[in-house]
Amino acid sequence: MTFVTPEIAWAPLAPILIVLVAASAAILIEAFVRTPATRRVVQLAVALIALVGALGTAAVQWALLEGAGTVVMDGMITVDRQALAWQSMILVFGVLGMILFAARTRAGEEAFTPLGSTAPGSIEETLARRKGLQLTEVFPLGLFAVGGMMLFTSVTDYIFLFVALEVFSLPLYILVALSRRRRLLSQEGALKYFLLGAFSSAIFLFGAALVYGATAHTSYSAVAYAMELGGANDALLVTGAVLIVAGLLFKIGAVPFHSWTPDAYQGAPTPVTAFMAAATKAAATAALLRIMFTSLHPLEWELSWLFWAAAIASMALGTVLALVQTDVKRMLAYSSVAHAGFILVAFAGLEGEALSALPFYLLAYGLASIGAFAVVTQVRERTEDGSVGAEAVRLGQWAGLGKRSPLLAGAMSLFLLSFAGIPLTAGFVGKFEAFSAAIAGGGWPLVLIAVIASAIAAFFYVRLVVLMFLTDVPDGAEDDIAVEDSPLARLVIWVTAVATVLLGILPAGVLGLFEDAAVLLVSLGA
Amino acid sequence: MFPFLTILVAVPAVGAALLWALPASARGRAREIALAVTGLELALFAVMAMQFDKSDAGAFQFSEVYSWIPQIGTSWALGVNGLGLLMIALSVILTPLAILAAWREDKDESRRRHYLALILLSLAFMVGIFAARDVFLFYVLFEAMLIPLYFMIGGFGGAQRRYAAVKFLLYSLAGGLIMLVAVVALYFVGPGGEQAFLTDNLSGLDLPVTTERLMFLAFFLAFAIKAPMVPLHTWLPDVAESARAGTTALLVAVLDKIGTFGMITLCLALFPEAARWAAPVIIVLAVVSVIYGALLAIGQRNMFRLVAFTSVSHFGVMVLGIFAFQVTSMEGAAFYMFNHGLSTGALFLLVGFLVSRYGTADVDAYGGLQKVMPVFAGTFLVVGLSALSLPGLSPFVSEIMVFIGAYPVAAAAVIVSAVSVVLAALYILLTYKSVFTGPVRADLGEARELTLRERLVTWPLVGLMLLLGFLPGIAIDYLSAPAADAVAQVTIEEAGA
Repeated sequence: MTFVTPEIAWAPLAPILIVLVAASAAILIEAFVRTPATRRVVQLAVALIALVGALGTAAVQWALLEGAGTVVMDGMITVDRQALAWQSMILVFGVLGMILFAARTRAGEEAFTPLGSTAPGSIEETLARRKGLQLTEVFPLGLFAVGGMMLFTSVTDYIFLFVALEVFSLPLYILVALSRRRRLLSQEGALKYFLLGAFSSAIFLFGAALVYGATAHTSYSAVAYAMELGGANDALLVTGAVLIVAGLLFKIGAVPFHSWTPDAYQGAPTPVTAFMAAATKAAATAALLRIMFTSLHPLEWELSWLFWAAAIASMALGTVLALVQTDVKRMLAYSSVAHAGFILVAFAGLEGEALSALPFYLLAYGLASIGAFAVVTQVRERTEDGSVGAEAVRLGQWAGLGKRSPLLAGAMSLFLLSFAGIPLTAGFVGKFEAFSAAIAGGGWPLVLIAVIASAIAAFFYVRLVVLMFLTDVPDGAEDDIAVEDSPLARLVIWVTAVATVLLGILPAGVLGLFEDAAVLLVSLGA
Repeated sequence: MFPFLTILVAVPAVGAALLWALPASARGRAREIALAVTGLELALFAVMAMQFDKSDAGAFQFSEVYSWIPQIGTSWALGVNGLGLLMIALSVILTPLAILAAWREDKDESRRRHYLALILLSLAFMVGIFAARDVFLFYVLFEAMLIPLYFMIGGFGGAQRRYAAVKFLLYSLAGGLIMLVAVVALYFVGPGGEQAFLTDNLSGLDLPVTTERLMFLAFFLAFAIKAPMVPLHTWLPDVAESARAGTTALLVAVLDKIGTFGMITLCLALFPEAARWAAPVIIVLAVVSVIYGALLAIGQRNMFRLVAFTSVSHFGVMVLGIFAFQVTSMEGAAFYMFNHGLSTGALFLLVGFLVSRYGTADVDAYGGLQKVMPVFAGTFLVVGLSALSLPGLSPFVSEIMVFIGAYPVAAAAVIVSAVSVVLAALYILLTYKSVFTGPVRADLGEARELTLRERLVTWPLVGLMLLLGFLPGIAIDYLSAPAADAVAQVTIEEAGA
């Protein structure tokens, strides 16, 4: 057997390569730029330039794309408009996330621990803090995650998909553990996320192996082709397909693979939660769409129960558990589980509408998530000596925020209304699109359940709005909360808020783009 | 053509934005600015109403259609027929009065400014909803309107206001979301394309029977919550008790009419077969609302709750008129929508004035007020009599039209409902008796006669009711053609089938 080097068309891979190369370069920067303050600025600049550059390159790709797209590396990667749309979205989330990574409090405190290797509460930790150390590795880690996610959306081979999955998951596991405050919670969240993530990766890999066993292929289209031809071992195939889908449902955060979300969301440094909530869900949805539409669609009937069950369970459990949360971040985590259910609703019937509906849904959801978590970073506890402490995440601490900072509370309300799918916000258009796709696919019972879940979900979103605007600051607690005004975080909040309103009132332009992107290129490769 | 309707939507919306963005130096003038905005709105509306072609009141005039989100087939499409015109008239008349009524409610400047901005914002939504000629647009405004209302109820009013606001929101949202499923489904059963949601394109579809009935129910449910029908009415008394009188006046007088308005313009127009199918049950529910609302009203000691329950009863009459599918009863129902707005609006505001004097809405806390404030008592009595449909006042005309019109097809329902007239006399006159007659209660404190501002708020409404009571033709000319069209939509198909 001779090994033939495949011809690689580099140009279509440019957006991904720019991000990954920048990530590698950023690691070198860690080694060579010694002063923490300079390093932080350089890292942020490199990350932003890389992401914006990649976004520009993706736009150029979009404009130059001939036909449906390009197949790269013998069908391992497919760059079509669908992939470019998701990649651009992830890049936008990446930019917003990186800006949030860099945001600091008035007292100059970052969201990340100064030295991840120190034990929480130890003398080393105090020393590291006093010395002004800064953990700037978060930028290259974030870049690797973005690169991996971009790859994840356009991979068309199960083995390569696994590689991409690990490329974006590993940095996230580390990032989750790096919170500056409440470090034990952070490390606990990271460990759970890592263990369950490793477990789900294994499940996914096992599924891919079974599918390979049944069809002798690992490429999406070849697997589909083998199924169409028949003769494949059905039991093996269906089992494999279920395991593959389960592995991806873990990343989307759907029930019963959701149990990492509350802990990871709560423990992670809030900027990481913001980025992770938006981008991971988008990447995983993109991959699941591509797999279901180009590879496992012959098994649509066999897999539909899995989607229906996961969708209903996610919506029900997510909304009910969010109702009883007393921690803002956990509440948003369970709300993200409910949203995973809404996302799965659009998979009913695998109608083409889903290919334009889900990008819009995830864009609306991602913007609101980043915005909401950015607001969380700004609401802080005040410690007894008057300095600004950790984030105020208990719901009760948000009482009367509308009086302390009307604009911040207004923005948060906007994001919550968008989550709830109230008209004139992006979330409404997203929900409308997702439900349209489901009804087109005959999933109207799912849609009915989804609207009931939405009505219940509205209750806990609105409860927070009530707390902020209609409840007075408790007596004697006037000085317990400090509202930060980090310019970087404010920038992210305003950008996401404006985008949420604009996409709610005038979504035609973006919807048009996503409709152009509702094409998946399928090739039989080699 | 001059885009009257878009401007009527835009003016209050811009006004609200203006109030929120007001520089600190001008914030003391928020009330005057809000009043000026509604005055401008009223003037613009008057100019538009003058150009309305009355001889063709059934047709939708001042139509505007602009593409909005072509991908999901929705347009910014506005237009009014006689019914829509009258409903917008009600909105633009009552809003400035509600602002005047709230003139002294807030000591705090910023709270006052927020409240007025919310009123203006909801006016923009009201006008938009009554003019919407696109189902998606209607839905969007219908749901978005909840936001200003929610804050108006929850932010300003009595002790239980937060509870009331959440209850209101959840009821409305549940109805709205179920309607959303039907709205999405309309896209797939309709013609599709970039104007898929235009009401005109969705009328007269030949739908499968089950689909049509399910969609009808989804729409009807949302509207029955809005126009509180038993058993979906329970949010209204709580809101009425807790919210500010001006908020409730607007809510019950105008916003709840969106329910009956939607029944006429959407339920009947889009799903005529299903409307006929459901009519018997709906008529029974309407009669239950009429009697149950009236009985509960008699039992209330809180005047806000009392007026709320009378409204449940009156909305029952309107729904009866609509679903009898007779031209006269439909005209009556449409006219009643307008008159009930005047009458109940005035009643809520008057109770509000009473509460602002003495701090309680409890009937039993009062007594003998007619001796110390005769003008107040007289005004209250006239408005109260309008609520029990005294001849000479316009609600009488509309109620009698509903009963006469519906009698040939639903005699039993009409006979039972007519009992409510007696019950109405009970709840209004008993209330009047205990509040205004008898010895003056010593513990009430100083009496204050109806002030000039309060007269400016209530007397125009009384005047309108008198005018339309004696000359109902002025309004009915606008309503005959739309009512006949609405009935024809339902019955022509029946004749053909």
